[in-house]
Amino acid sequence: MAKRFRAVAIGVSFGGVQALKLLLGRLPADFPLPLLIVQHLSPEAGDGLAELLDELCAIRVKEADEQERIAPGTAYLAPPNYHLLVERDGSLSLAADARVSYARPSVDVLFESAAAAFGSTLIGVILTGANGDGSSGLRTVKQMGGLAIVQDPEDAPAQQMPLAALAATRADHVVPLEAMTALLCRLVAGEAAAAGRRPGDG
Amino acid sequence: MDAGELEDVEIRLLLEGLQRVYGYDFRDYAEASIKRRLSHWLAESAFATFSQAQSDLLRDPQLFASLLQGITVNVTEMFRDPAFFKAIREQLVPFLKTYPFVKIWHAGCATGEEAYSMAIVLNEEGMTGRYRMYATDIDEAVLQRAQEGVLPMAEMQSYTRNYQKSGGRASFADYYTARYDRAILSAELKAGIVFAPHNLTSDAEFGEMNVVLCRNVMIYFKPALKERCLRLFDASLLPGGFLCLGLKETLDGRETRGAYQELAPGLRIYRKRYG
Ligand SMILES: C[S@@+](CC[C@H](N)C(=O)[O-])C[C@H]1O[C@@H](n2cnc3c(N)ncnc32)[C@H](O)[C@@H]1O
Repeated sequence: MAKRFRAVAIGVSFGGVQALKLLLGRLPADFPLPLLIVQHLSPEAGDGLAELLDELCAIRVKEADEQERIAPGTAYLAPPNYHLLVERDGSLSLAADARVSYARPSVDVLFESAAAAFGSTLIGVILTGANGDGSSGLRTVKQMGGLAIVQDPEDAPAQQMPLAALAATRADHVVPLEAMTALLCRLVAGEAAAAGRRPGDG
Repeated sequence: MDAGELEDVEIRLLLEGLQRVYGYDFRDYAEASIKRRLSHWLAESAFATFSQAQSDLLRDPQLFASLLQGITVNVTEMFRDPAFFKAIREQLVPFLKTYPFVKIWHAGCATGEEAYSMAIVLNEEGMTGRYRMYATDIDEAVLQRAQEGVLPMAEMQSYTRNYQKSGGRASFADYYTARYDRAILSAELKAGIVFAPHNLTSDAEFGEMNVVLCRNVMIYFKPALKERCLRLFDASLLPGGFLCLGLKETLDGRETRGAYQELAPGLRIYRKRYG
């Protein structure tokens, strides 16, 4: 059987640096999927975050370049002030379009393009954040047959982003950050996909 | 074929039709982002699918104009990327000053802020009257606005900050007159700029330029169209001239890379070699 999942898209805002350190820091070097990440930052922020995470993590972490081909086991961060999109041919695009719900990069923009590119083989993850970005994107991920994971709002430094995501769509997994890396590893290994899913979901 | 693939087919057919009827060619634009904007246009329109819209779009130039507005991304600002304009002022202008007169092409100038920012830098560096800028765009509606040179007052605070960070030493407020919620740029900035339509997918080069800026335009193009544009810019540039790209765009890996050296690493300012 073909592998169920081909990519992970992550949206995070307030509290994101800590959350990403924890989540990505625990992934094993041989984690087989690419991770596409939008973390809201101030437009002036440089690519310091990608470098910091790269040093800290076993997987490779970098800022996305225009038209870069996606490689497995690599995490790509949207550059400050640019939207990050996925093309159907598996390459990345950057865009200087207007902000979407006050955000550039926008989680919704990433998730919608990733859902179109990866369909049911995408895992969408919404983490801590103090705005509603990502909720409509996560709904699209679900509509296209992908899997939705949301950080347990009780566990998030800022609850609004997880709460908005949960209000917009039925998540397959609501877990604290502590448990998220292990969940991702189980999902890509193919075990938890059935066990963890809620009935009546799409 | 799933719904997404079907829509991709419809979009391809539509873009093909638009190219044949109106001569605007969007077939080599990066798909994810043009698709996103087309979908927004469709959602706001009276049509359920692109196939339905196509019949009217091909017959009704006004409807096509509304689509064109939806497809192009005209987002820009004064002194966008202050570090870039600082490098222009400190590293590029000294070269320009050695010429009696320079020609500068802003390809994809949108509403003109990039050209107006450049005019401020050149005037402050003592080059008033010694340059001509050709600021071009595919979108005639934005060129109209560029020509007017009227900016929203609400942006002035952030533009002033950008200006200062870019090494501006005068008072940014001297460059505009406030009228209610509008800021009218001063006439001395407009004096050296010509706004004109030019389509990078089909039109020819502009000869004998000392500087070509094409920032945040090719980011929307597929590699083949990027190469076409870079050849066009190369044919337009004098030896020793400068090519400026957006901060997330690079010449690396492109056919013309060897003909250029990097003037300001990381800021995407390249200098064309002699011979
Ligand atoms: C994001 S704006 C960039 C404005 C400015 N250069 C800056 O960086 O702030 C992109 C502009 O490119 C223009 N454009 C898109 N396709 C074009 C084409 N084929 N030929 C010329 N201009 C084009 C759009 O109309 C838009 O105004």
